[in-house]
Amino acid sequence: MSAIQEPFSEGTSLMHRLDPRVRLVAAALFAVLTAAVQTYAAALAALALALVCLALARLPMRKVLARLLVVNSFIIFLWLVLPFTYPGDVVWRWGPLAVTREGLLITGLITVKSNAIIIGLIALAATMPVTTLGQALQRLRLPEKLCHLLLFTYRYLYVIEQEYRRLVQAMKIRGFRPGTNLHTYRTYANLAAMLLVRSYDRADRVYQAMLCRGFHGTFYSLGTLSWQRRDGLFGVAAGLALLMLGYVEWGLPRPR
Amino acid sequence: MPEALIELRNITFAYPGAARPVFEGFNFRLEPGQHMGLIGPNGCGKTTLLHLIIGLLRPQAGTISVFGREVSRDKDFTAVRQEVGLLFQNADDQLFCPTVLEDVAFGPLNQGKPPAEAVAIARETLARLGLEGFDDRVTYKLSGGEKKLVSLAAVLAMQPRLLLLDEPTAGLDEDTKLRLIHILQGLEISYMIVSHEHDFLNHTVKECCHVHLTCCRSTKEGKGGKSDG
Repeated sequence: MSAIQEPFSEGTSLMHRLDPRVRLVAAALFAVLTAAVQTYAAALAALALALVCLALARLPMRKVLARLLVVNSFIIFLWLVLPFTYPGDVVWRWGPLAVTREGLLITGLITVKSNAIIIGLIALAATMPVTTLGQALQRLRLPEKLCHLLLFTYRYLYVIEQEYRRLVQAMKIRGFRPGTNLHTYRTYANLAAMLLVRSYDRADRVYQAMLCRGFHGTFYSLGTLSWQRRDGLFGVAAGLALLMLGYVEWGLPRPR
Repeated sequence: MPEALIELRNITFAYPGAARPVFEGFNFRLEPGQHMGLIGPNGCGKTTLLHLIIGLLRPQAGTISVFGREVSRDKDFTAVRQEVGLLFQNADDQLFCPTVLEDVAFGPLNQGKPPAEAVAIARETLARLGLEGFDDRVTYKLSGGEKKLVSLAAVLAMQPRLLLLDEPTAGLDEDTKLRLIHILQGLEISYMIVSHEHDFLNHTVKECCHVHLTCCRSTKEGKGGKSDG
């Protein structure tokens, strides 16, 4: 079992088979553009685009909904605060609390935009394993060090998690029960420090082992990415869709 | 007398901040074709010796020669590492690629082999160790024994002339130990094994040395070792 679950990374849908690079570029542009839009028309268009991608990825709906629920549980806090604090025309008043029209509109817009981005990312980016993600980022000429950082974090997170579990077990076996006292704080501080030191040592040993196998600063990939015609077609389609999204936001005359 | 595979002369080494040095005026020689076990209590310098040979640690004094060439600088040791394989105590330190095939191909790729050839070498090495079908297995999900065998494959894929093994049997079950013995007996290269298990050494090496401050003292261990061939 891995420390990171990747429930969407396996599949045979069109989305899974598309080249990871075109998916990543599309996802990044889509996320930035959607974050920038200010109108409902554009936000809803973005949501529609994201849903089309989701349909292409043929993911298990239940798991997608579960993930959306997690994201939206953060957005609930916005609904609890923003409509009451955003200045504007009051539409509903209850005691000292007043809900404003502008507050409701902006909270709704944020909700639509966040969901569009999350769905888009699930469909485009979460449909590849982390290792493929790292490889694709490397091929997209992102800084090598960041790509290595991603891949190594992924590889050793599990090992470090196990180390953490072992330490916690060892604490429990010797009768440790967390409470609100200095002993508990000190113990947790020791635990965190020990994990840090061990991770550092392990990084050292991993690097030594890599040196022993002739590592000299560059990774050579077995390179299984291959660009095909459908990737180009998807790229063009995604580009057009994003242009349309931009047109809906900035090209159409706004109703004011 | 033929040239020694490894020769250490008058090595002095101390870990930073340690009260006493691990080696002082230490001398050591390994002949071609030799299979040697290194024994001694914890902390006597067995692992340190292996790390000195491969340049992960540098001595404060003395000279190291590998395959007849004196090695002292980074560049020298880079060349040594192409021909001397070190199997680490903890396989998790060694297997860092996501899949088995990628990990075993890592060494050959670093040696400058094209990907197709690296994959072929990796597949062949895995097959030689009885690990067919492991290609796409995820390295951190392997069992302890499988991890050890895969990391051995990763070292052997570089086709080394000398193999250094650091406590290869630690934490292994009897079956995996037997497989390891079988693999080592079939190797045509020299190797040195650090181990605390006399039984394992009896089956894999012909002579054992007790690591001391100034030299390795030959012991009577491992006499019943493998026959030549």
